[in-house]
Amino acid sequence: MFRVSFLKQPGHRGPSVRAGKKIMQLSGAEIVVRCLQAEGVEHVFGYPGGAVLFLYDELFKQDMVKHVLVRHEQAAVHAADAYARSTDKVGVALVTSGPGVTNAVTGIATAFMDSIPMVIITGQVPTHAIGEDAFQECDTVGITRPCVKHNFLIKDIKDLAVTIKKAFYIASTGRPGPVVVDIPKDITALKAEFEYPKTISMRSYNPVVKGHPGQIKKAAKLLLEAKRPMIYTGGGVILGDASVELAQLVRALGYPCTNTLMGLGGYPATDPQNLGMLGMHGTYEANMAMQHCDVLLAVGARFDDRVIGNPKHFFEEPRQIIHIDIDPASISKRVKVDVPVVGNVRDVLKELMRQIEAARGGPDKAALKAWWTQIGQWRSRDCLKYDRSSAIIKPQFVVETLYKVTKGEAFVTSDVGQHQMWAAQFYKFDKPRRWINSGGLGTMGVGLPYAMGVQLAHPKATVACVTGEASVQMCIQELSTCKQYRLPIKMINLNNRYMGMVRQWQEFFHGNRYSESYMDALPDFVRLAEAYGHVGMRIEKPADVEPALKEAFARKKELVFMDFLTDQTENVFPMVPGGKGLSEMILV
Amino acid sequence: MRHIISVLLENEAGALSRVAGLFSARGYNIESLTVAPTEDATLSRMTIVTSGSDEVIEQINKQLNKLVDVVKVVDLSEGDHIERELMLVKVRAMGKDREEMKRMADIFRGRIIDVTDKDYTIELTGPGSKLDAFLKAIDPAAILETVRTGASGIGRGDRVLKV
Repeated sequence: MFRVSFLKQPGHRGPSVRAGKKIMQLSGAEIVVRCLQAEGVEHVFGYPGGAVLFLYDELFKQDMVKHVLVRHEQAAVHAADAYARSTDKVGVALVTSGPGVTNAVTGIATAFMDSIPMVIITGQVPTHAIGEDAFQECDTVGITRPCVKHNFLIKDIKDLAVTIKKAFYIASTGRPGPVVVDIPKDITALKAEFEYPKTISMRSYNPVVKGHPGQIKKAAKLLLEAKRPMIYTGGGVILGDASVELAQLVRALGYPCTNTLMGLGGYPATDPQNLGMLGMHGTYEANMAMQHCDVLLAVGARFDDRVIGNPKHFFEEPRQIIHIDIDPASISKRVKVDVPVVGNVRDVLKELMRQIEAARGGPDKAALKAWWTQIGQWRSRDCLKYDRSSAIIKPQFVVETLYKVTKGEAFVTSDVGQHQMWAAQFYKFDKPRRWINSGGLGTMGVGLPYAMGVQLAHPKATVACVTGEASVQMCIQELSTCKQYRLPIKMINLNNRYMGMVRQWQEFFHGNRYSESYMDALPDFVRLAEAYGHVGMRIEKPADVEPALKEAFARKKELVFMDFLTDQTENVFPMVPGGKGLSEMILV
Repeated sequence: MRHIISVLLENEAGALSRVAGLFSARGYNIESLTVAPTEDATLSRMTIVTSGSDEVIEQINKQLNKLVDVVKVVDLSEGDHIERELMLVKVRAMGKDREEMKRMADIFRGRIIDVTDKDYTIELTGPGSKLDAFLKAIDPAAILETVRTGASGIGRGDRVLKV
């Protein structure tokens, strides 16, 4: 048995000198806070509880690391996640044991599916109580194992600092991801010598960085031989900060480019070489070009089911595929590729550009011209058209007007569903890290906490959350957090009184039986916003959309909740039905 | 196709469940899995017998390598290798069957490691197919209990899996 000293003993706090080195005796809680400071963490999103009280006590005694108090642990993780997505920093969340952890799991799984670098510090019951079904105990490492990049349970205070260093290192290198560090309460009270390691090396973890030059050479050759080339980029370009290198390559080649939902902003949306988003709700031209290209360059993307639809159908057209990804396991997972290149996308793109410049002769100009003519024909289908003369507000019109009013400069977060797709289709992202949404897990409720994380990371930026009346209610309590930290987020609620995407599938595939997808008894969102101390607006007519948005965005210091009553029957088009191929779109 | 995969991993709490969890989460088959620390106590060595198409086996290798605790992965079935499995069988050994059972154990180079007046416990080592053959060769009614370790494997000659 060890004895936990709860009293601060001044004699042990100061630095002691051993072998000419200053070594500090600190409590576990102090060590954690010092580690966060050493990592340059500015914000920690969290919620206190019994198992983390010593940690909160240490946070209280300093002001380098600012704590943001949310209203539900799920929101803490989402906010930290968005903080990471909108910067290139590691997001940090802090929750207590048991229910604190289980509430956080949705947030962790969301970050894991989208490869977001995060460190989640979780309290645990004291070491001696683990396994005894103690109050607020759960097997955190067990519960989170399938949805983290890695996790640790600290059993010895001597391992604390080095484990936190490892957590940040693992979270931010290779294919990023969330890392959980579970710290029993007694460890936070015990004392140990503190020294934060400057570097770390692990024999079992050595992510690849540089791409293989031979493979890159093959890729360059194949790209230059293409008659109908296509460049398809995903979240890897955003996470790998490679949008500059991507733009150089795409422009130098003159090839068409498409971004996945996670990759929006990786290549400017307003550039004519961008065919728009691809996939289930991608543009006609992007999906057709994807299906009919003869050489496909995939960069930091993973050919998932929402992107290429049915892989069998995808392979009905012959094409050669080059795939650049930092994660070897992403390559040839759903789709067999011809030229795999494992490496950091930015370095690989740079090298690819160098090889292309060094190669004799450029792309086949005549073939490329014919290909662009074909793409132009697909484009003229105007697949995103909608009824602009409607007397009811069309959701697409709201997003288009939002784009206009914010001059395309806003950070836009979204929840999950129809509004998410309209935001992705109609807000033209020219810069990376501006579009923040849950792509992989598709977590309803992320929008508002995402907006909080983004606004805290970028206090002066314009942050809009495009949401729906169903999603927003999943984390609505965070309006209270927004009040506390005076976050002037603009909520764009596309309120159609339905779980729109569910309703759309029921209309298309379940004989118009709208089983449980209608929202009866919605709150009065204007008064709800006011109850939380914010400004509420209801917009019912198309003519009011632009003036209302202008007024809302002029309120620079206030959160404005805008409740747009939109067309209940509107659907997202184009649509590749589940299990179908990319060229089997339902068009408007 | 059947594959036998050797994994060197950090000898840490939870490392086994990371591997087992990976197989169940991604729907891969596990025929058998054995694990024990190596001569270097910080490392464990695991042998997994699995089966799947080439694509699935490629993914298994990649996904195993992706686990932070995993140091090295080798698919032993890609080259010459030796496999051994240990089986303990308790068999009824009475009357005229007693001598016959002893003979069968000898033929299969098994050893009788426990004896009562009614039964023998036989220890048998070899590739899984040899253990299967032994069980087929004796009277099924005589088998009281079997326990098998699952296969362990090692590369032939100078094929070495080390950090």
